[in-house]
Amino acid sequence: MSENGLQFVQQIINGLTLGSIYALIAIGYTMVYGIIGMINFAHGEIYMISAYVGLIVITGLSMMGIEYMPVVLIITLTMAMLITSAYGWSVERVAYRPLRGSPRLVPLISAIGMSIFLQNYVQLAQGARNIALPPLISGGWRFGDAAGFQVYLSYMQVMIALATTAAMVGLTLFIGRSRLGRACRACSEDRGMANLLGIDTDRVIALTFVIGAALAAVAGVLVGLYYGVVNPFMGFIAGLKAFTAAVLGGIGSVPGAMLGGIVLGLTESFTSAYLSTEYKDVVSFGLLVLILLFRPTGLLGKPDVEKV
Amino acid sequence: MSALLSVRDLGMRFGGLLAVDGVSFDVNSGQVVSIIGPNGAGKTTVFNCISGFYRPTSGQVSLLGKTISGLPGHKVARHGLVRTFQNVRLFRTMTVVENLLVAQHSRVDTNLLTGMLKTRAYRAKEAAAMERAGFWLDQVGLREVANREAGNLAYGQQRRLEIARCMVTGPRLVMLDEPAAGLNPNETRELDELILLLRAEHDVSVLLIEHDMKLVMEISDHIVVIDQGRPLAEGTAAEIRNNPDVIKAYLGES
Repeated sequence: MSENGLQFVQQIINGLTLGSIYALIAIGYTMVYGIIGMINFAHGEIYMISAYVGLIVITGLSMMGIEYMPVVLIITLTMAMLITSAYGWSVERVAYRPLRGSPRLVPLISAIGMSIFLQNYVQLAQGARNIALPPLISGGWRFGDAAGFQVYLSYMQVMIALATTAAMVGLTLFIGRSRLGRACRACSEDRGMANLLGIDTDRVIALTFVIGAALAAVAGVLVGLYYGVVNPFMGFIAGLKAFTAAVLGGIGSVPGAMLGGIVLGLTESFTSAYLSTEYKDVVSFGLLVLILLFRPTGLLGKPDVEKV
Repeated sequence: MSALLSVRDLGMRFGGLLAVDGVSFDVNSGQVVSIIGPNGAGKTTVFNCISGFYRPTSGQVSLLGKTISGLPGHKVARHGLVRTFQNVRLFRTMTVVENLLVAQHSRVDTNLLTGMLKTRAYRAKEAAAMERAGFWLDQVGLREVANREAGNLAYGQQRRLEIARCMVTGPRLVMLDEPAAGLNPNETRELDELILLLRAEHDVSVLLIEHDMKLVMEISDHIVVIDQGRPLAEGTAAEIRNNPDVIKAYLGES
């Protein structure tokens, strides 16, 4: 393959890696929006917290002398998902449930408050500076001419792709097949009716926050390991990007969030490579504006049909 | 025997507007009771208060002697009371059979863990739910379309599916808000038969809001007339038909 071809493949790999992360976080936004019609602005912070949980668990395990990679990874992911889910549940309990039935602006503000609170709480507890994570998975494969440009596919990138695929398949099966998933779909179509048929809608809403948080936890741990560094502000920009991905794919649609994440990741990585790194946010948000102009419901969103 | 549903002095106030005031009536086991009244009389508000969609501002509603007024909707449903709305409110993107399964959510008492592990108890309960769904599909004649999306059914089929969806929850009382609206005479007659079947074979009482007077007069054991939020008259079909107050409310001052 020519050098240009190899360069192209490399950007696809990088884009898919980044896109998987965005997609994992975006699902949290889209599910919550699908059920209560509101954006959970504290979701980015939930993702940031999971990266810290990952850091603490990995450090703790290595102090106990457990360093065998698969074991560390599984324990870290499980712990991060559990603890972060508890945060997700609490956000719903504190910032949303007491305000159920109030105008939409009110829970929006309380969620922003929750986001500021969480960010500052982590700053106080963990310090505001970058903290490095020990590399858990290092190395990778190189393809191509040893003298010229080489495509680099790290084990970590493969890990991210595998974990994302597993999470997506699990989520799709859960929503499509399971009894609780059925209740989720019913609630997202008509919450009032679902309630009158005996479904405890408050529990379903809490469940969507928990699922969103668990997926964000996978993303947080993987990003922490991939970039090797965490800080209390990482949730803001990642949250914004994932939110963009969710809107791009059609907010409220789970496959839309997956697609939106991948599209955004690829856009960023190609812009960085062929244009300039500084322009990557300009291009991705420009893409968002264009898609919303020509397809206001996003790529896979369905237009709201006026009921008669 | 005490009444199945007992509504006492129900009142609902929206700010300065008293939409329902002092409405009381009973529904006995095995009865079909209709609420009628001119447009805007507050019939649907009464329904909303009873089913837990609204929280009534005064009065008491009890089902089988237990107070249900002020309970959230899902608790009311679990006590055995379900309802439909004036407009069709199916889960449109879900299939017909999924609509019937999701309505049994609270009956199938399983949790996430047993669901993931697919325990024997979980599978048995899912199978029972499926069987009940199949039974009601046959009862309302929708088995052929079981795997179609509910939103793609013909209007009359959607209406029947809504009633089936109520029935799979295993209710004691079904509340139907204008079930015949938009149906042709043929479909209305089928609906009539379906409602009588529910009462005769499934030990279910029916509380009905309906404008189709022919349907109301034919199937109701008892009729409650509401006008401007207040109770106007109560009685059997014959009594209501000849009540001068009712005639005045419907036709205006003579």
